[in-house]
Amino acid sequence: MQRRVIFDNKALPYLLLAPQVAVTLIFFIWPAAQAVWQSVHLQDAFGLRSQFVWFENFEAVLADPNYLDTVRVTAVFSLSVTALSMGVALLLAVLADSRIRGAGAYKTLLIWPYALAPAVAAVLWMFIFNPEIGLLGRALNDLGYAWDYRLNGEQALTMVILAASWKQVSYNFIFFLAGLQAIPRSVLEAASIDGASAVRRFWTITFPLLSPTTFFLLVVDVVYAFFETFGTIHALTHGGPGKSTETLIYRVYQDGVINNDLGGSSAQSVILMVIVIALTAIQFRFVERKVHYS
Amino acid sequence: MRTDESAFGRRLMDAVPHVVLILGVLIFAFPIYITLIGSTWDAGTIARGNLPLTPGGEMLDNYARAWNETRGDRIIHTPVRIMMMNSLIMALVIALGKIAISIISAYAVAFFRFPLRMVFFWMIFITLMLPVEVRIIPTYEVVANMGLIDTYAGLTIPLIASATATLLFRQFFLTIPDELVEAAKIDGAGALRFFVDVVLPLSRTNIAALFVILFIYGWNQYLWPLLVTNSGDMETVVIGITKMIGNGEAATDWDLIMATTVLAMLPPVAVVVLMQRWFVKGLVDSEK
Amino acid sequence: MATVDLNRVRKSYGAVEAIKGIDIAVADGEFLVLLGPSGCGKSTLLRMVAGLESITGGEIAIGGRVVNGLEPKDRDIAMVFQNYALYPHMSVFDNMAYGLKIRGVPKAEIQARVAKAAEILELGRFLDRRPSQLSGGQRQRVAMGRAIVREPAAFLFDEPLSNLDAKLRTQMRVEIKRLQDRLGVTSLYVTHDQVEAMTLADRILVMNHGVAEQVGTPLEVYQRPASLFVAGFIGSPPMNVLDAHVEADGRTLALPCGAALPLPHPQPALNGREVKLGIRPEHVAVSADGALSVTVDLVEALGADTVVYGRLPNGEALLVRMAGLPVCREGETLRLDAPPPALHLFDGATGRRLED
Repeated sequence: MQRRVIFDNKALPYLLLAPQVAVTLIFFIWPAAQAVWQSVHLQDAFGLRSQFVWFENFEAVLADPNYLDTVRVTAVFSLSVTALSMGVALLLAVLADSRIRGAGAYKTLLIWPYALAPAVAAVLWMFIFNPEIGLLGRALNDLGYAWDYRLNGEQALTMVILAASWKQVSYNFIFFLAGLQAIPRSVLEAASIDGASAVRRFWTITFPLLSPTTFFLLVVDVVYAFFETFGTIHALTHGGPGKSTETLIYRVYQDGVINNDLGGSSAQSVILMVIVIALTAIQFRFVERKVHYS
Repeated sequence: MRTDESAFGRRLMDAVPHVVLILGVLIFAFPIYITLIGSTWDAGTIARGNLPLTPGGEMLDNYARAWNETRGDRIIHTPVRIMMMNSLIMALVIALGKIAISIISAYAVAFFRFPLRMVFFWMIFITLMLPVEVRIIPTYEVVANMGLIDTYAGLTIPLIASATATLLFRQFFLTIPDELVEAAKIDGAGALRFFVDVVLPLSRTNIAALFVILFIYGWNQYLWPLLVTNSGDMETVVIGITKMIGNGEAATDWDLIMATTVLAMLPPVAVVVLMQRWFVKGLVDSEK
Repeated sequence: MATVDLNRVRKSYGAVEAIKGIDIAVADGEFLVLLGPSGCGKSTLLRMVAGLESITGGEIAIGGRVVNGLEPKDRDIAMVFQNYALYPHMSVFDNMAYGLKIRGVPKAEIQARVAKAAEILELGRFLDRRPSQLSGGQRQRVAMGRAIVREPAAFLFDEPLSNLDAKLRTQMRVEIKRLQDRLGVTSLYVTHDQVEAMTLADRILVMNHGVAEQVGTPLEVYQRPASLFVAGFIGSPPMNVLDAHVEADGRTLALPCGAALPLPHPQPALNGREVKLGIRPEHVAVSADGALSVTVDLVEALGADTVVYGRLPNGEALLVRMAGLPVCREGETLRLDAPPPALHLFDGATGRRLED
């Protein structure tokens, strides 16, 4: 936790910490506290007075059937994105890790989508699946399948799930590959001398040894799906049609910025904070355990 | 001829990974290819939905118009050169700013013992749990009250505190041997001199890796610039694309939009490909 | 060049006392070795001289100037560390020059001093290399070069050879000895290796549990160990320690195994008391009418000499080291004798030598 040898300047450490602490206080702690404060207050129409209302904002949010719809959409969206992007990434990583020719080239060709903004990934998918100008969007319609994600809610949700997963595969791929390369070859060689087939080796040795990486990515991907995909959804569907692609974070934006409902939006922010803190806490509990047992 | 048959079977099995990997590569490359092609045709060809799979002849014209002009045939947009400059400034200030304030605060936490050290450490640590999206509205209010809407300061400073980078640097600093610090003390170096002469040069790899990750993080910001920039002069290119698309009707300046998309992808992809070695190491290390 | 004086130097961490009052005056140009097992406080003491640890009590003076409150850089010392502590990103030249640059020494003089040190240490070819491109021995020479160029009042060595393999360690030991003869700088040298201590030291300070057990020349420490601890720590294999009873007549030592040995010097105060008897393995000799009868358990033939693990009739172990090839076999019984000058008497309770 601490080095044995240190410098003994008195004021310098505070000076060094000052910028970080200032930014954290002004732009992290204070706004988060504001969100909590606003979430238990109700402002009048002119924003002049506010009244302490206990958990009324939360009750209102949670009683709203629209909000529960949003929760459902978020759940479907997050689980799909996480499962899809992790599954594809694991498959590709296992193949690229096996000693095949050109593994380095495959690696380079698979990691660069990490650089794309979620919104840009969405735009690329739009060029392909737009029912009027997109190559595959038109092809679907020509084949007699009525494809228009701008009108059909389920198609819209499928579209944002695909675009969001597509972008996240490379991130998961990098971590799975690093995790696979950290597994000692000798363990796998021992298993193969014991007569385990490749498939069996994967499920009984590789996959369990990979579980810290898998768990880490699970949390990261859920957080990604919750927050960073705002750009994907904003660029592709604006949460529509109807509210079929409105996730929790999109709704915070919608209520707070577009509809200017501060109390409700703050209550939603606080709910999101609780979710993130819970996810982070779970992750740290797990990381701690891993450290203890390894 | 059993042996031939099994040799053939084995070769088939060996080919499967390549087939799957090539398929994966294609799935990632195809949308980019389509966009590249699209950016070389005129808007009319794209709008009719008959985009050929080979390059057209409008490339220079499309890119020149997107880069310089504010007016397409159907849309009005901020010239891409201005948006790219805004994105570049945002990405650089965020990346370099985060690295700078993280490395000095990590140095303070790792190399000094002082009252409230752990309080500060935990204060930085909990910011891990508060992504900007979660506290977006109140943060926006703070920035608005400070009069920082439509400024580079408002665009960048709220994103500049980074627990991840601080933790990474601290982790690295804890591996610097005590004897090295003692040797420097005996050589006569004080805390600042040691930082400049020894710690900074030793951190080069970590700085490079973080720069890649944070540059991409900064370049790809979406919700925050969407809120704090109103004027076209401050628009970033990622936001600019979606504003140009609007509702995505068939009859719009798709040629310009596709050229802009290609331009928007270039800097971060170039950084990742050129600095791949540091980037992968940095990404994996920073999440440990 | 200067003297180093430690005056009742103490160090505590909270309630734990790590250094319990050390007094020593190191003469100008003297090579003092601090010897002891790990955790005895020898490194702490050296680091207190360097200014890397604070001083809880007492005084440390270098060249007659009390340095208790001075920073390491103001103490006019240079230090060589166990793990070399070279700056990994600097060339060999820059590593040696760094301390001089900070002190604002003119460029030309830095060049000259580094060149001279490099010549002494035969590092001339490596000046442009990074530490990672050097072998362990070369790195340690760079670390010494860094100390030499500073031309300090005193060198402090903290187990400088511990990270080297056995062969290189011997080689570097000889080099340090030559260097010391040539430069004649006052040196404090910490080690747990008695061979290093015996070969390098003008004087050895043997430490245990924060206390100076003995200060003396290597031969004094070997020939007249001041305590059971020193007796056991110096010498290989270690000294045999047996229970003994001084007969009332003051002339004979009775051993529980039944043997009787003559008391080396009459000490009336000891008459009738229990003592500890120390005999070095190399001072026991086979003798047909020897007083000690030993059954041989194990014989280790080392070529130049032979170590015999024997057992006295009452079961106590006795180590014997003989020159040359083995003259006995396992299971055999040997008669051994230890001449009176080879017998060391210690107080069983305090472990101190009973002076003769």
